[in-house]
Amino acid sequence: MEDKPQSLVLKPKLPVGIIGYGAYIPRYRLPNTEVSRIWVGGARPGPVKEKSVPGLDEDVVTMSIEAARNALARAGICADELRAVWVGSESHPYSVKPTSTLVAEAIGAVPHIQAGDWEFACKAGTEAMVAAIAMIGAGMGRYALAIGMDTAQGRPGDDLEYTAAAGGAAYILGPAAEALAEIEGSYSFVTDTPDFWRRADERYPSHAQRFTGDPAYFEHVTSAAKTLMSGLGSQPADYRYCVFHQPNAKFPQRAAQLLGFTNEQNKTGLLSPEIGNTYAGAAIVGLSAILDEAKPGDRILVTSYGSGAGSDAFSLRVTDKITGRQEKATRTREYIARRTEIDYGTYIRYRRLFAE
Amino acid sequence: MEVPRYWRNRNQRYALVGEVCPHCEVKIFPPRDVCPACGQDAKTKFSFSGRGEVYSYTTISDAPAGYEENAPYTVALVKLEEGPVVTAQLTDLGQEPVSIGMPVEMVTRRIRQDGGKEGILVYGYKFRPVMAVAR
Ligand SMILES: [Zn+2]
Repeated sequence: MEDKPQSLVLKPKLPVGIIGYGAYIPRYRLPNTEVSRIWVGGARPGPVKEKSVPGLDEDVVTMSIEAARNALARAGICADELRAVWVGSESHPYSVKPTSTLVAEAIGAVPHIQAGDWEFACKAGTEAMVAAIAMIGAGMGRYALAIGMDTAQGRPGDDLEYTAAAGGAAYILGPAAEALAEIEGSYSFVTDTPDFWRRADERYPSHAQRFTGDPAYFEHVTSAAKTLMSGLGSQPADYRYCVFHQPNAKFPQRAAQLLGFTNEQNKTGLLSPEIGNTYAGAAIVGLSAILDEAKPGDRILVTSYGSGAGSDAFSLRVTDKITGRQEKATRTREYIARRTEIDYGTYIRYRRLFAE
Repeated sequence: MEVPRYWRNRNQRYALVGEVCPHCEVKIFPPRDVCPACGQDAKTKFSFSGRGEVYSYTTISDAPAGYEENAPYTVALVKLEEGPVVTAQLTDLGQEPVSIGMPVEMVTRRIRQDGGKEGILVYGYKFRPVMAVAR
C-alpha cells in the first residue's frame, strides 16, 4: 500500500495549540570529567560537558509538579479546568501507583480528570502530548496537561553514566484560539527495534551499542521529521527552530544536518551539552528553551525519539499570545544557570547508588 | 505506618492550602476551622502563594527516624507573605548560606519514606531560596 504523506499527518478536528509550558531542571551538575576520573583515570573526555542530577528529595513526581505549576502560570488557567494530567517517564517512583494522581492532587486538578502514566522510553512525554492533542481536538475537554520527565540512571561505569540526567517539561494543550503556539500537525513513526531496554525488575537499562545509531535513532528521527514536513508541504528553511531528542551532543546535530537544518536553527533547543540526556524530557525541555525566546510567526519542528523504537514529530507555529507569557514563570535557561557542581562521591549519595 | 493521616492532610501538605477567615480576612495555616484572631468559624479554603522569608533556622545533624538520609539538613521557621509562620525543611541550598530574612519559596518535595523500601513515599512542602522570576 502506498501512503500519501498528507494522509499520514495527525490533525485534530478542532484546531489545538499549546496554552502554557513549563520546564524543570534540578540544581546539581556532575561534570563528565568526574565520571571519567573515577572509571578511566580521566582518559576520556565524555560525550557532554556535564549532566543534571536531582537532589535527595527530588523525583519524577516533585519535578513534574514544579514544571506543571510553571505551565499553569503561563497558561493563566485554574488547575481544575484541566481534564487530563498525563506524565510520561521511565523513572516513575512507584511500579504500581500513578505519578499522575500525585501530580494532579498537588496542583489542584483533581478529581474531574483523566490521569495516567505513559511509557515509551524517551518518547513517553511526546506520546502524552499527541494524546492530549487528540483529546482537545475531539472536543472532549478544553485543556489537558502532558508532561515528560525523567531522573535517568546509568549503571556505574557504563557509558550511559556520562549522560543519564534529570529534567523535563510540562505542556498544557487547549484550543488554538488561546494558544501561544498552534499545532500544525504531528506524525509518529514506530517499529520494533531492540536498541535499549530495561527488564521489569532490573535497576539499570541495557543497550545494544552498535544498534543505537543508524537503524534506531537516525532512522526513526529522520523518517518522522521528513514525513511530517512532506505531509504539511513544509521545508527545513520554513522553520526558525528545530529540536530533536538529545541522548548526547552529537546525535541531534547530525540529525539536524541529515534533514537539512542549520546549526543556527538547532542551537537554541540543544541543551544536552549542558544538562545531559533527560530522556522523556529531552526534546521537550529543548522546546521549552525555544519557546522562552520565540517570537510570533516563528515555526518550530520538534522530533522526539524513544528506544524500542519510535519518534513523534510536531510542527508548531508561534502566535502573538506568546508575548507576556514567557516571563510568567522560571525560564529554562534560569534553571540551567542555577548550577551547583558536585563530585562523584556526592553523586553516589544523591542517587542512592551504594551497594545494598 | 500512618497512611490514613498522610492521606487526610495531603492538600495542606502538597500545596500549602489553608484557610481564610470570612470575618476578619486573617489567613490561617495549618487549617483549624477556627480563626485564631477573632475566634469565629473559618472554613473557607485559601491557597498560599508559597512566598515568604526565613524567620529563624537550625541545622539538624542527628535526624529523627525516617529522615536520616537527608542529614545534615536545615529546618526553618518561615514567615509566609500572608502572615502565618510554618516550620519546614529548606532544600536546594547548594552552597548558599542561610540567613534570617532570606526570601524563600515553597516547593513540593519528597519528605521521607514510611516503612522502608516497601512503604509509601511521603511528599510535602519545603522551601528553597527564591529563583529570579518576575510574576
Ligand atoms: Zn477572623
